[in-house]
Amino acid sequence: MADAVNPEAAKPAMPAAAPPKAPTAGATAAAKPAAPKKDYSAYIIAKGQPVPSPTEIPQFKCGAMSDSKPFVAKSEHQTPLGFPGELVDNWQEKAVAKMGDLLGKYRSLQVYMDSCIKCGACTDKCHYFLGTGDPNNMPVARQDLFRKVYRRYFTTAGKWFPKLVGAEDFTEKVLDEWYTYFHQCSQCRRCSVYCPVGIDTAEVSMAAREIMDHVGKGQKYSNEIIGKVFKVGNNLGLPKKAIRSTLDGLEEEIKEETGLDVRLPLDEVGAEIMLVTPSADLFAEPHIQGLIGYAKVFHQAGISWTLSSHASEAANFGMFIGSYENMRNVSLRIREAALELKVKRLVFGECGHAWRVAYSFLNTLAGPFDFLDPRYPIPQHIVEFTVDQINKGNLRFDKSQNDKYRLTFHDSCNVARGSRMGDVEGGQFEFPRQILRATCNHFYDMAPETIKEATFCCGGGGGLLTDDLMDLRIKGAQPRMRAMQQVAQDHGVTHLAAICAICKAQFTKVMPAYGFKMDAILSVHQMVANAIVLDGSIQAKALDQKLAAPQIGNA
Amino acid sequence: MITAIFAALFYVATLVLAGGLFYRIRLYLRTPAPLKIPTTPAPTTQSGVAFRLVREVVLFESLFKANKWIWIFGWIFHAALLLVLLRHLRYFTQPVWDWVALVQPFGIYAGFAMVAGLLGLWARRILVPRVRYISAPSDHLMLALLVAIGASGLGMKFVAHTDIVALKAFFLGLMRFELNPLPPDPLLLIHIGLVAALMIIFPFSKLLHGVGLFFSPTRNQVDNPRERRHLAPWAAKLESGAGQK
Ligand code: HEM
Ligand code: HEM
Ligand code: SF4
Ligand code: SF4
Repeated sequence: MADAVNPEAAKPAMPAAAPPKAPTAGATAAAKPAAPKKDYSAYIIAKGQPVPSPTEIPQFKCGAMSDSKPFVAKSEHQTPLGFPGELVDNWQEKAVAKMGDLLGKYRSLQVYMDSCIKCGACTDKCHYFLGTGDPNNMPVARQDLFRKVYRRYFTTAGKWFPKLVGAEDFTEKVLDEWYTYFHQCSQCRRCSVYCPVGIDTAEVSMAAREIMDHVGKGQKYSNEIIGKVFKVGNNLGLPKKAIRSTLDGLEEEIKEETGLDVRLPLDEVGAEIMLVTPSADLFAEPHIQGLIGYAKVFHQAGISWTLSSHASEAANFGMFIGSYENMRNVSLRIREAALELKVKRLVFGECGHAWRVAYSFLNTLAGPFDFLDPRYPIPQHIVEFTVDQINKGNLRFDKSQNDKYRLTFHDSCNVARGSRMGDVEGGQFEFPRQILRATCNHFYDMAPETIKEATFCCGGGGGLLTDDLMDLRIKGAQPRMRAMQQVAQDHGVTHLAAICAICKAQFTKVMPAYGFKMDAILSVHQMVANAIVLDGSIQAKALDQKLAAPQIGNA
Repeated sequence: MITAIFAALFYVATLVLAGGLFYRIRLYLRTPAPLKIPTTPAPTTQSGVAFRLVREVVLFESLFKANKWIWIFGWIFHAALLLVLLRHLRYFTQPVWDWVALVQPFGIYAGFAMVAGLLGLWARRILVPRVRYISAPSDHLMLALLVAIGASGLGMKFVAHTDIVALKAFFLGLMRFELNPLPPDPLLLIHIGLVAALMIIFPFSKLLHGVGLFFSPTRNQVDNPRERRHLAPWAAKLESGAGQK
């Protein structure tokens, strides 16, 4: 299930009602002979031992990650996206031409290629550098893999004095470095926060991947998934029937728990809201618990809603591969579904990069959304929706239901640094915390240099959530995991809540390496689902009775 | 002879600098930013964005968050450079503007501060392995060039004075396309020779960072994608051309 977003592991013919039990962390890894056994035992900190600082700068380990490469896309993954099936013969010429094309289309790329001062401010900001010590994982060094080619072919200085300015021909070796290290960037944008000129390495990674796709050297994981979205409607390849039976199962489960008919509608024309959520929410733990939370909130708010089978996926891997066209085509499904179902509002479930694409790009890619109700944000995040309901006083919570958790919150990169919630700058940090404080008695933030705009990536974002990169994923999670180990020691924190499908899937896989249980990761709306007291439910009656009863022996 | 060579040099350098900057800025202005990518939390209004940029230029805000050593050396260097350049305006204006006369006394110390800041940055570039790793020869040369300009300037100020009146006549003359003799003092020739080199290198090098900052989408975009549709011309073409998918 950690492969929630990974089609290899998702069996479309999965049973409906109950989410399948997770395989143990080792099981899937063992099935892949490619991954050599690594020793991560040093990552587990014994009780009472000091936790090393999450931002501790490692010694250089040159070439430490030079063998970490994801599987290359085969032609069946490439062609549906409009890319050549294998490395083309004149790839160098094509790649340089594509680079020129992108430089003309993206001011970010052009300006960032010219403006790096080599000041070094970003060098200790990337979790992959902190976790691996490989100097090529310093953001500026990663950019320089691109920049040296840019300088060689597009600048006066690089054409005349390549050695002097560090320019290099686009050789096979350089292409190999690109494939290696541009697949060790999760496009988390942490480096962009600290760069004095605002250089965003994610933009460079995206451009590099777009160029590699165009010469036939794509990454299997991302491209295969995008193909699935076009063909079936979601990353997991879940057909409509499977989705419906999952939803039926959940309705039964909620009925049993609450005594209420809480609905999870699919393809209902005329609903007020269309919910677009990562397909992992329909399939995996702890994601599915979040979906139950959304359904309960909609129920209590008394607003009709529906999922769509055509747009049964919020994720948009088109962003990871830097392909405007693919990102646009994936986005257009959402527009089509909203028109088809005649909804008035668009709400997105818990998914980090999906929210960045929705919040920042959807209006551009698939707008204008003049057919939706302009009184509400277009699109709206489920967290915004729930906070609004809390503020209106529509939701009642029994926080003690979450007393078994001592919680902290992981700000997902794309939400933190690529989007917003609410009307105020930084709302994306406050809104989810407001929900957690409203639903849970024990909440503690991690160290300030590891949260909010400074948050560390989970280590699996940006199209890297694939088993062939497991070593990188475990190492890249180190800063985040150390921050969690700190609050575990200082405040007894046991669980981590997140609002991103990729983070959730990544943490289930990597947490055991750091001494946490694989189910120590929770959905934010799972906390809502646990604590919410729906009107007329079994829980409401019990709670009312408890409150009405004389307080005996409670001195 | 020397006078003529330097006159020609400065005409060329000025043309390269102005032409190069014009070309770059025009390129940046013409290249669209197709997507909204401000690094959030970002200002939600245009004036908020202007304020963010002012903070970046005046205070180096992001750098301050990142690394206090780079920040302190870098900020001292740039602030001092600014004062030094303002002080230099007296060679090119007649009569000297009042406010330029006012900053004169600060300019003297600024020369030292500028060189000290540069040496601090250079030390980091050599001593900190991470910064050494990312440095190309050109990065060291750039610092050497600026240190040499500063040192030769300070040399004129405190060791071997030059004939400032004649120098000023030379530059005022250039601006009117007249040739007046340039004092042939070695330090001066080194100083202004290197300055001409700096001007020529400027538009082809990382010194463009001062310009780049203003065009950096992560810093100069307003965070309002839900309220306003943002569409680049090339992306709009996809729309009319495509009823696909
Ligand atoms: C709007 C104007 C400018 C801004 C906002 C700006 C900002 C910065 C920042 C933030 C840095 C990185 C930190 C540091 O190393 O100091 C830097 C470095 C540098 N700046 Fe500027 N700068 C500007 C103009 C200039 C100009 C006109 C020069 C020309 C001589 C210049 C020369 C340099 C050099 C040489 C470095 C690199 C120092 C090193 O190698 O470490 N800057 N600048
Ligand atoms: C064509 C342009 C320039 C001319 C004609 C020029 C000329 C001079 C002269 C004559 C002095 C000696 C001042 C005195 O004795 O009081 C001086 C000093 C100095 N120059 Fe320049 N300079 C030029 C450009 C620059 C530039 C671009 C920089 C910096 C990058 C610079 C940095 C300095 C410094 C640091 C000093 C010593 C401190 C001071 O007196 O301000 N100069 N310059
Ligand atoms: S975007 Fe994130 S992963 Fe990529 S270089 Fe920057 S800090 Fe590292
Ligand atoms: S912080 Fe920005 S300017 Fe400085 S080295 Fe990194 S990318 Fe270059």
